[in-house]
Amino acid sequence: MTATMIAETSVDFDAEGFLTDPAQWNEDIAREIARENDIPELTDRHWLVVRFMRSRYLETGTAPSIRALGKESGVPIKELYELFPKGPAKLAAKVGGIPKPRGCI
Amino acid sequence: MTTLMLETPKVSTEEPEPKTIEKVAIVVSKGSLEGIYPGLIMANGARMEGIEADVFFTFFGLDAIRRDRFEHIKVATVGNPGLHMPTLLGAIPGASWLVTRMMKRQMEKIDIPPIPEFIELVGDSGAKLYACKATVDMFGLTMDDFVPQVEDVISVGEFYEKAAGGQIIFT
Repeated sequence: MTATMIAETSVDFDAEGFLTDPAQWNEDIAREIARENDIPELTDRHWLVVRFMRSRYLETGTAPSIRALGKESGVPIKELYELFPKGPAKLAAKVGGIPKPRGCI
Repeated sequence: MTTLMLETPKVSTEEPEPKTIEKVAIVVSKGSLEGIYPGLIMANGARMEGIEADVFFTFFGLDAIRRDRFEHIKVATVGNPGLHMPTLLGAIPGASWLVTRMMKRQMEKIDIPPIPEFIELVGDSGAKLYACKATVDMFGLTMDDFVPQVEDVISVGEFYEKAAGGQIIFT
């Protein structure tokens, strides 16, 4: 675990760059994580996915599957991969400040 | 107190190989439910990690992408020791239907989609699906027999060309 200063706050990350405490998250941190992961700017569509991932995790304790993400977030699978080419569920979780999704689907 | 002097480890000057997989080519060669799912799960899982994926359907694996068959994929209840069920019981008419129904229900519970939806998901995720030319010729099929996600009918040689630089997984 490493602590990094983002937007004048100390944020704790795990070895893969996911926040260890979702409560430390804010929108500036999200933008900074996105930039580090080759997403220079978060559009409204990015935010839709990130917020869906985050709220679903905070409600249920697990991140949604890519199937649920495609069906329920309002962003279809093809577009999810255009927004997050390096893996929509994984990247949206990272940007949204929640742990890495553990599901296989 | 003694101080131990450890030998300094030799540092290799060669660039280390990257520790990530960038590309996979998955072969689906079986037409049963338990034969098709692993390949689809691995293809989808690769895309979820941002790994490029090609899926090559051959022999009865083609059933997974055939319009007329992909909704009717069944678990093999005969000659499948993994089910721990007497062979004669598995041969009773309806046994395969029943076991398939039970397994599908279990899969739905853990959010694994049915095969037609899964093929669409894998296709939409950017994985490329191909049908094996030898099998297509053997069964007398054409592109019209396949779901729209299928990119092309290709030979083994073409498959190897596409797989170049990646890992090949046979299922």
